[in-house]
Amino acid sequence: MTAALATLAGPMEQFEILDIIHLDLAGMNISFTNASLWMLISVVAVSVFMFAATNRAQMVPGKMQSAGEALYQFIADMLRDACGSEGMKFFPYIFTLFMFIFSCNLLGLWPTIPGSPHALHTFTPTSHIIVTFALAMVTITILLVYGFYKNGLGFLKLFVPSGVPWWLLWLIPLIEIVSFVSRPISLAIRLFANMLAGHMILKIFAGFITALLAAGPMVGWLAIFPFLGNIAIFLLELLVAFLQAYVFAILSSVYLNDALHPSH
Amino acid sequence: MDVEAAKMIGAGIAALPLAGAGIGLGMIFSSFLTGAFRNPSAAAGNQQTLLLGFALTEFTGLLAFVVAIIILFVV
Repeated sequence: MTAALATLAGPMEQFEILDIIHLDLAGMNISFTNASLWMLISVVAVSVFMFAATNRAQMVPGKMQSAGEALYQFIADMLRDACGSEGMKFFPYIFTLFMFIFSCNLLGLWPTIPGSPHALHTFTPTSHIIVTFALAMVTITILLVYGFYKNGLGFLKLFVPSGVPWWLLWLIPLIEIVSFVSRPISLAIRLFANMLAGHMILKIFAGFITALLAAGPMVGWLAIFPFLGNIAIFLLELLVAFLQAYVFAILSSVYLNDALHPSH
Repeated sequence: MDVEAAKMIGAGIAALPLAGAGIGLGMIFSSFLTGAFRNPSAAAGNQQTLLLGFALTEFTGLLAFVVAIIILFVV
């Protein structure tokens, strides 16, 4: 009994990637996995929400429309603060990024249907570093391509801040390049580690509950404490799901600001 | 020493920098609140900077967490 519970309660099991439809292409594994399924679900959820919000738009907005407008306004204000009004050309990208990460984080917090097969358990795509790193690299690629397209070689002024004394000119560009290279890494690790840590803590506390309940009636009532703790952590995770999507979007727009105004 | 035991001790030591991240986060929010109570009208305009500082400080702690996880599960 306890051995079976212990194997079920492994906190890392929820991050396993499992094939749903197995596909091979010239020796490469391109299977449709549970990660693909949950990314697809979150894209569909965002699309349905935005279509419902903008469908039959009225002068006096209904519930759905005002929710959509509030999100739009929120991201638009944030981007305008970070990049100025010419930064609004990045708005479609930043808004997509925010909505995708937010819905991935949020949908990953849904409870799993008890008894469903392992491949269909609730899964958070953003708890995998390859997903967050890919998103971060999209931001950096847009920054580099647009920066060189708009400023030409003047974009390299990004690495030489104005007002540096001449005898520091060998050191400052070096530091600036290291900080530039660490940008996608820090973006990726922040989101991934937040999601990983939050979901692990939730499952570890859930493991405490089952272990205490299995230990018999003498100590079984103590399970109420990890249960209350789990509720508190779940509420915190709802906040973190929003905050990390917001932080990812805000840092992306601060970085994209460098493409618009490279000399700082 | 057993390798498994050494791993556990190493992961525990790798989690120590979380104390520093906790102190840093506390300092960020305490100084924001100090400033916000002195000049409440300027507080709303600095929310973005607050969250940015929060995210950058939190990253230090998360690096420690990732190192601990790598020691436990990957190495």
